[in-house]
Amino acid sequence: MSVSVQKGDFDVGAEIGALTDVAGAGAVASFVGVVRGGEGAEAIRAMTLEHYPGMTEKSLADIIEQAQGRWPLLGVRVIHRVGRLLPGDRIVFVGVASRHRGAAFEACEFVMDYLKTRAPFWKKEETAQGARWVDARESDDAAAARWDKGE
Amino acid sequence: MNVTVLFFASLREALGVERERIALEAGATVDSLRALLIARGEQWQPLSRGSVRAAVNQSLVTGANMLADGDEVAFFPPVTGG
Repeated sequence: MSVSVQKGDFDVGAEIGALTDVAGAGAVASFVGVVRGGEGAEAIRAMTLEHYPGMTEKSLADIIEQAQGRWPLLGVRVIHRVGRLLPGDRIVFVGVASRHRGAAFEACEFVMDYLKTRAPFWKKEETAQGARWVDARESDDAAAARWDKGE
Repeated sequence: MNVTVLFFASLREALGVERERIALEAGATVDSLRALLIARGEQWQPLSRGSVRAAVNQSLVTGANMLADGDEVAFFPPVTGG
């Protein structure tokens, strides 16, 4: 189980490979988040990710611990980038290893849903019209709340 | 007692403050600290937004959370990572 908050990019293949090497693993599920570009005046030219050093790592470790309490996980890897990123850049990696795919898929989605609503990161987008802080989305809260209702 | 208060992202920009040491009376809570800051004047009104979240010693808390000497209190907007 490990967490990295870093400016630099990560190697998706190497991260997934490390999880498939975990003893007893029968399934590895992963998610990679990428900066969207878009077209026209609303097109994103760049994005800057701010975070709360210390709390970020603590909250990600707490989310992983909660996932371990819900599913029998053999390995979890979370990487989140901070600083200025461009369209096409990778932002986040979540990888989960388990014996069976059900737990791996669900835990991967759970970690992402909780990360998006609990980990202290904030995005500021740059478009042709200037820079603006991204608003939190209710759909993200709804996605995270699903896990509390036993759905 | 003294606490350190931190502000992040759009809230930090709106307030024009990143960090501050503040002396509080014993028995202070996150809500009472927030009210004290908002009462300072116009510049501090962004803190009254309903969406503002708080953390004490790097864990999310509710407004009723009691504060202790040396606590690190953070106020910030809803998170948007991932």
